[in-house]
This record gives sequence, structure tokens and C-alpha cells, in this order.
Amino acid sequence: MLSFIGRRLLIAIPTILLISIFVFFLQKLLPGDPVLALAGEDRNPEILEFLREKYRLNDPLYMQYFHWIGKALQGDLGMSLRTRQPVLELLGQKLPVTLQLATMALIIAVMIGIPAGIISAYHKGTWIDWLANIVALSGLSVPNFWLGIMMILLVSVKLGWLPASGYQPFFEDPLQSIRTMLMPAFVLGTGLAATLMRHTRSAMLGVLQSDYVRTARAKGLVERTVVIKHAMRNALIPIVTVVTLLFGELLAGAVLTEQIFTIPGFGKLVVDAVFNRDYAVVQGIVLCTAIAFILMNILADALYRVLNPRMNDQ
Amino acid sequence: MHITKLSVFTAALMLSASWVHAADLRIGLAEDPDILDPDQSRTFVGRIVYASLCDKLVEITPELEIIPALATAWEWSADGMTLTMNLRDDVTFHDGEPFNAQAVAANIDRSKNLPESRRKSQVKSITGTNVVDEYTIEIMLANPDATIMAQFADRAGMMLSPKATEEMGLDFGSAPVCAGPFSFTERVQQDRIVLSKFADYYRADEINFDSVTFLPIADDAVRLANLRAGDVHMIERLPATSVASVKADDSLLIEQAVSLGYQGLTINVNNSDRAKTPLGMDSKVRQALSLAIDREALNQVVFEGVFAAGNQPFPPTSPWYDASNPIPARDVAAAKALLAEAGAENIEIEVQVSTNPVAGQVVQVVQAMAAEAGIKINIVAKEFATLLKEQSAGAYEVSQIGWSGRVDPDGNIHQFMTCEGGINDSKYCNPAVDDLLNKARTSTDIATRKASYDSARTILVEDMPIIYLYHQTWIWALDDGVSGFTPYPDGMIRLHGVSAE
Repeated sequence: MLSFIGRRLLIAIPTILLISIFVFFLQKLLPGDPVLALAGEDRNPEILEFLREKYRLNDPLYMQYFHWIGKALQGDLGMSLRTRQPVLELLGQKLPVTLQLATMALIIAVMIGIPAGIISAYHKGTWIDWLANIVALSGLSVPNFWLGIMMILLVSVKLGWLPASGYQPFFEDPLQSIRTMLMPAFVLGTGLAATLMRHTRSAMLGVLQSDYVRTARAKGLVERTVVIKHAMRNALIPIVTVVTLLFGELLAGAVLTEQIFTIPGFGKLVVDAVFNRDYAVVQGIVLCTAIAFILMNILADALYRVLNPRMNDQ
Repeated sequence: MHITKLSVFTAALMLSASWVHAADLRIGLAEDPDILDPDQSRTFVGRIVYASLCDKLVEITPELEIIPALATAWEWSADGMTLTMNLRDDVTFHDGEPFNAQAVAANIDRSKNLPESRRKSQVKSITGTNVVDEYTIEIMLANPDATIMAQFADRAGMMLSPKATEEMGLDFGSAPVCAGPFSFTERVQQDRIVLSKFADYYRADEINFDSVTFLPIADDAVRLANLRAGDVHMIERLPATSVASVKADDSLLIEQAVSLGYQGLTINVNNSDRAKTPLGMDSKVRQALSLAIDREALNQVVFEGVFAAGNQPFPPTSPWYDASNPIPARDVAAAKALLAEAGAENIEIEVQVSTNPVAGQVVQVVQAMAAEAGIKINIVAKEFATLLKEQSAGAYEVSQIGWSGRVDPDGNIHQFMTCEGGINDSKYCNPAVDDLLNKARTSTDIATRKASYDSARTILVEDMPIIYLYHQTWIWALDDGVSGFTPYPDGMIRLHGVSAE
């Protein structure tokens, strides 16, 4: 197992490097001058030229890249051109926020999606299955931003139960923190729950028809034991994989949801950084999320091997 | 059992509501400010924070008169090249350092000489300062400059603690130290900026809050929802289309002020080869386009009549507006005649506009109106940074762009219309206009200045490198418990005398 993880981590390094090159050059292809975006309304030529010199924007592209990667390897991811805050510090501020949102969304998705999938698979063909499928399809189809605004209008404005937007750090005030995150996590989670429900349903269906389940029933075991102890255990394998990958996606930042609910996480940060042509920030975030996603992939593969001992023989 | 526990938990969540205390004023901003250093920052929204954080040498009234603030009085020398200012003697910075003439000198020096200073062009005419005594300073100019007092009413006149600027240098913005009613407490990027009441403020009796929290909430609907939910006390830049619903709501108030800026169509008349179009080369075609537009109807359709139609860089309510050139009524026949004269019937032009939906609507209305005069407009929507770049490089025919406006009229016109103007993206160049605009800068007499601007207007109405369309109105929505708020045309939120229950 350790050698497996070690090998995968080794392969991850050139992957991350390639991603960094790709993102760097893709950003430079974007039309629009970062210095103009930086200078704002007071954009006369002297200040523009000064900013270009200062941030090495006149250097050839490959030199700019090497300068950046050199510093990055020393732990210096550069500085936000807009606010002069070090990128590493910005990432450090936003990571807990995105982690919290991702975790809460995933918990909601799992709490709704998996039981729904199991029930739907077990009652395949009945009205329960039919209803669950409709709800799942609605969850997948409803746009996040619409659901978000509707929920704000209903829950915050009309009912006054939860704050409309904003964020409270978890360790400062856990209860308030959960209150501010509840709606965005719910909006994100319901979309994911639909996906999860579909995956769980397929996995359970496949397993419920297998020989050993029929054997378990023939042995006279209680139905509940058959489903939970025997069937679900095996169905969990692909589900765990999906959940891990979904978590990786969530860590990339839920851009629309964060914009609507004003959650200061990665998603909002990267959108603003792209619009402001804040290169260092975009590169820092992409690097961070690429690493997170790769790690989640490795974790998913490792878990798969743990849950399915047959994989170890290969 | 499980159901009971769940419902108890849920109830606890909801009951622990965060009551909005009047001791803390919560303001919803439309964007997150950039760096909080008046010498380095460039955003409009940052200035809203400065209004509570950093006091200035002078202030403005809602009628745009310049009044004393940190400076108590000022006098120009006979030749207009030396400005003597008397300063308050009872002001301390947030770090306890005294405010005096040396501090003013240090501030002006920083605005002029800090390499990253964005204020250089605004204090360009200042050559040096002379500390006469503790509370008197002389400011020397290279040439008479009437705009300087208005500059001192904005970021160039904000006084920063010299001790702090020296210690923190370029990172002053991470923990700014000024002399305003509130001092800096905390900032979380894209989340909040928190300021606390400064006990030693020289007008502390006018401040009724222990703290102010600025919350950037980008989405317009969500910002209003926050106000309705009671999570903020007031918001800025309410969309014009939401005015009717807020007015109908008894628990909310609306305050408005026509802004100092404008929105219009900048035409490429001499910036690269793209200017070689009938529109760019012939002023008659530009006049025709302007005549084809019904500005009042535009205001009604896109802004429900809330904004102000315009045809000059200053709104009709401004003391600088040239009344002899009123907003023209739409005249399609005259437009067609002009086009025929210019030999440019049925032309096609390309208008670039930002992806902002409101800007898009404005250009669509103009497109419909111009079509009736025989001008076909092709709209190209571009993301804002791209739009700016192409405008600056001359890669456009017509660009829909505006200007947020400055207290001094020079700020709305000089850098756009003079041959060497720093933001002259149309590259319009007329030495006669240059002379008039430069002359207007040198006199401090309002009547003399207005005469110069009016003369320039007569030429510009003919040449029309910019077709002005409308002036935005700053709209604030407030909880009905907030009282004492005065709307200012510069869009700033000044908290002196404001209270909330």
C-alpha cells in the first residue's frame, strides 16, 4: 500500500508541474492588460509603465514563468497585485472556508443521496423509485444560483431564520459559522445528492441481483441484515470512490454558490482574480486545487484497494 | 427520540439569531475595496471606507463647495503659485501621533514621490512644501492650479500618520493609520472590513456608533436581501430597477444624489487605423448619431427615469453645466440630413460595451434608435479588462465607457480632451480646446473658469469626440431605523450625525 501511494505521489509531481505551465500560459493568452486592470481609473502612461517594470510584465514569458516557479519552490507564491497580500496568506485564509463548505455540502449530499439511492434501488419499479428519480432529476437540473437566491429570499428575508450572506470563522463562533454556511451547503449538497443518489442506486441494483445476496436470503437472514450487512458493503466501493472525487471537486471552490452567498472561499477568490488579471493569485489557487484534486484521486484509489481486497492481487 | 433531538438542535440554531445592535453599523458595499492605502488605491468603493477612516485637509458640501476639515483656512498668494494653509491643532492620528504641518508635508511628499503612488498626476503641480510653524504650511506650485483644493478633498488630501507610513511603507494598506472618526480594526479579504470608533476624534460627539462593518456583497439582489433581512443597516448602489419596490416597502428608506460622473460613447477619432471610419473622420456623422438618440427615453426605459439624462461631462444640476447647450431633443430628420451632407447614409459602426447587463441594455436602446436614422450598430460585448485594453490601444470604433466623476470640473474633462491627456483614448486633439482647458485650470475665480469651459463646450459640441448619454444616480437604501444620513453627489457615506436604532 505504501509503495503504491509513494509511486502515485511521484507521478503527481510532473503532473502538477505541467498544470502550472498550462495555466500560466493560458492566463497570458487572455486579452486585457493586467496593468490597466490594476491601474483602474488613474491609468496614465507613467504609472502603467512603472507597474509593468515592477511586476516584470515586460520580460519574455518563459522568464516570467521561471521566475514564478523558482519562487514557488521556495514557498513564495508571489503577491496579489490588487491588495499586496501574499498569495500563500490568501490561500491560508480561504482554505478553511472552502474546506468547511465542502465538508458540510458533502455531509448533506451523503445524508440525502445515499439513503435515497438505497431505498430507490430496493423498491425498484415502484412509485417510491419513480418519485426518488424525479426528485433527483430536479436536484440535478435546478441551477445553483437560482436555488440560492430563492432560498435567501425565503429563509432570510421572509422567515428570518438564517443570515442572508457572509461568513463566520468556525473556531470563533461555531454555531454562527454553521448558520452562515447552512444555506450554501444545502444548495451545493442537494445538487451533489442527486448525483450520489443515481450512483448509489446503480451500485445497489447491481449488488442486489448478485448470487451471494440470493444465497443470504436463501439462508433465511433478516432482510435488513441482507441489505445493510451484505449488499451495501460491496455497493459502497464505487460510492466511496465517487464521494472522494466529489470532495476534490468541491475543494476547487463552488464559484456560483460562493458569489451568491458571499462566502470568501476559493471560488470567489479565483473569479475576482481572473477579472482583475491577478496572475499570481490565479496560479496559486490552481496549483492548490490541482494538488488537492490529485491527492483526492490517490485517496480514492487507495480506499478502493482497501475496500476491495481483490484489487491488491493485481 | 431522534426527531426530538433534531428539532431541538434546529430550534437552537434559529433562536441564536444575531441581533443587529445599533452600536455596530453594518454597510453593504457593491465590491470589495482594493488596498487600503489612499496613495496606492484606485477603487471608488475604497473611498467609501476612507470616508470613515481617513479625514482630509478639506471636505465638500453636497453642493460641492470646499469647506474646512483638517485645514481651518487657506489663502492663495497673488500670483497663485503659493497656497498657505492653517491647520487644526487638536487632531491626533489613530496611533497617537500629532497631526501638524510636518505631517502634511510628509503626506504630500509621499503622494508625489512614492514610486507606487497613484496620486502623482493629481499633485503634479506641487513642487514643494514649507513648514512655517507647527500648524501652518506653505505649498508651492509650478503653475497656478485651481484643481488643487478639490484634490485635497479626495485621496490626495487624506492625511496618514507619517510614523505608520515610514514603518510599514508599501504595506501601510494592511493596517492603515489615519485621523478619521474610526480606526482600523480588522480586514478579511472579500468578507469584511471592521473599523472601531476613535475616542480622540476631534468631532467624536457627532459619531454615534462604536464600530462600522463594511460587507462587500457583489450580487445586487443578495445585497438588497441582506437589507430586507435586517443583516445590514444600509446598502449602496441599489439598482435603478429596484427603486420602486424599495419605495413601496415601509421598513426601508431611499436616498439619492446625481453623481459627479457620466456615461457615454467614446469615439475613436484618431487612435490607430480603426479611426478611419465615417464616424471617426467626420464630426457631422457623430452629431447625427447624437441627434438620433432620445436621452430621456433611454433614461426611462433602462433606468425607470431614476438616473439623469446628459449631454455634457457634468450633469444638468451641476454649477458647471453650460445652460446654453441643453440636452438636444431627438431629431431623426436632422440626423438623416447630416448623414446625407456627409455622404454617409446607411453606415455600419461597431460599438464595444462591457459585459455588464445594464451597459448592454443602454447600447441596445441606442442601437434601436440609431437604426431609424440609418446607422446600423453592431454590438460587441467584451469583458471589462479587455475592453479597457482595446480602448487604450485604439482597437475600437466606439466604446461605451464612463467616468466616476470628480469634484473639480477639470477632473471630468482635461485628461480626456487635451492632446496629451493621460486617458484620451479617442486621441482627440484640438489646440484651441487645449488652450481653453489649460486656462480654466489656472484661475481660481469660478466665473472665469466657467467661461473657459463654456467656450470649450461650444467647440466640443461641434467636434463631439464623446457622446454623453446619462449620469448615474447614487442610490442608497437604508433601514428605516437609520436617521441623519445626507446624500452626497460623490457617492460617499459620511457618518457624522448618522444614528441607528
